[in-house]
Amino acid sequence: MTSTIDAYLPVLIFGVLAVVIAGAMLGASLVCGQQKPYAEKLTAYECGFEAFDDARRRFDVRFYLVSILFIIFDLEVAFLFPWAISLSRIGLLGFLSMMGFLGVLGIGFLYEWRKGALDWD
Amino acid sequence: MIGQIILIALEALAVLVPLLIAVAYLTLMERKVMAAMQLRRGPNVNGIFGLLQAFADAIKMITKETIIPAGANRFLFLFAPFLTFSLAMLAWAVIPTGSGLAVANINVGILYLLAISSLGVYGTLIAGWASNSKYAFLGSLRAAAQMVSYEVSIGLVIVSVLLAVGSLNLNDIVLAQQHIWFCVPMFPMFIVFFISALAETGRAPFDLPEGESELVAGFFVEYSSLSFGLFFLGEYANMILMSGMVSILFLGGWLPPLGIAPFTWVPGPLWFIAKILFCLFVFIWTRATFPRFRYDQLMRLGWKIFLPMSLLWMIATAGFLLATGMLPQGAS
Repeated sequence: MTSTIDAYLPVLIFGVLAVVIAGAMLGASLVCGQQKPYAEKLTAYECGFEAFDDARRRFDVRFYLVSILFIIFDLEVAFLFPWAISLSRIGLLGFLSMMGFLGVLGIGFLYEWRKGALDWD
Repeated sequence: MIGQIILIALEALAVLVPLLIAVAYLTLMERKVMAAMQLRRGPNVNGIFGLLQAFADAIKMITKETIIPAGANRFLFLFAPFLTFSLAMLAWAVIPTGSGLAVANINVGILYLLAISSLGVYGTLIAGWASNSKYAFLGSLRAAAQMVSYEVSIGLVIVSVLLAVGSLNLNDIVLAQQHIWFCVPMFPMFIVFFISALAETGRAPFDLPEGESELVAGFFVEYSSLSFGLFFLGEYANMILMSGMVSILFLGGWLPPLGIAPFTWVPGPLWFIAKILFCLFVFIWTRATFPRFRYDQLMRLGWKIFLPMSLLWMIATAGFLLATGMLPQGAS
C-alpha cells in the first residue's frame, strides 16, 4: 500500500508544479497587460455582424452519436488492456473468450455501419 | 520526507523547464522548417538565425489585453486554456527519458498517458462552450468528435503493442524493443498511430477544429493574450508528447538503433530526444505538404478504416503470438 503511495507521490508533486506554472503564466498576463474593456470590444466575434442569437443552442445529433459510439468502444479497449497483459497465462481459452466478446461487439459495429451511423454527408 | 519531496520537485522542474523551452522553440522550428520547405527564410531578425523570436513572441503575448466577451462565462473561459496547458505538461510525469529516468515510474504508465490525453477534450469543449460564439461552439464540437474518434484507434494500437510487451510500464515497453523496434514488425500500426496522433492533436491535415477559412479559428476565436497563448503552447506541448509516445511505443525510446559500439556511446536521453525531433519534423513536414481533410472524410478514415484495421491487427497479433508461443511471460 505504501509503495503505491510512494509511486504516485511524484505524479502528485509534478501535477502541482504544472498547475502552478500554468496558473502563474495566466496570472502574469492578466497583471502585465493593460485592461481597457468597453462594450463594443466585448461583443462576440461573428465576422462583423451582431450575433443573431445565443450560440449555445441545438446542434447536430451526429455529434451525440459519435460520443455514444466512443463510450462503447472505449469500454471495449478498457476490457482489452488486462486481457492483453495476461494472455500468456490464460492461453487459448482466454483468447477464444475475448474473441467471443469481440464478435458480439463486431456485430453491433456492423449494424451501426449498415444503419449509416458512421456516415457524415 | 520533506527532503524527499524537495528532491522530487527538483526532478519535476528538470523536466518541466526544458519542456517549456522546447515548446517555445518548437513554434520557431515549425516556422523555420516550413519556410525552408517553401523556399524562403523563416524568422531571422530577432537574434542570430531568429533564435530570440520565441521569447519576443512570449513577451508580446503576455503584455496584450485579455478580452473576455460579455456573453462568456468568465471562470470557465479562463479555466479552459489553463486546463489544456497543464494537462499537456502533466502527462510528462511518467515519460521515461532514459532507463528508469522518469519522474514517476508507475506500473500503469500507458494507462495514465491514455487517461491524461482523454482529458484534453475537456479543454476544447469548455473553451467552445464558454466563449458563447457560434464559431467557437462549432469548432469545439468538431474537435471533441474528432479527438474522441481517433482515441479509439489509438487505444487499439496500444493494445497491440502491449500484447508484445506484457506490461503496462513504459520502461518495460521500451526494454521489450531491445531486439527489434516495434515499428518494424508492426509497421502498419506505426503509421496508423502516427496519423491518429496528427488527428488527436488537431494538426494539419486534420486541423478542422481550427479551420481558419470557415470557422475563423475554431474553439479559440474569442481568446487573446496569454489565454490564447496557453492554447497554442498546449497544442505544441501535445505534439511533443505524442512524438514521445510514438518514440516509446514504436521507435525504441532511448535505445540506440544497433546495440554496438559507436551507437552505444551516445547517451540514451540523446537518442530519445533525436527520435522526438524526427517525429516533430515529420509533423511539420505533413503540415507543409497536405491539404486539409473534409469532415466526412475524417470521420470515415477514423471509424471505417482505422478502427477495423487496428482491431483486426490486434486480433492477428494475439493469434500469432499465441500460436507461435512467443507471448511474453508477464510480470507477477
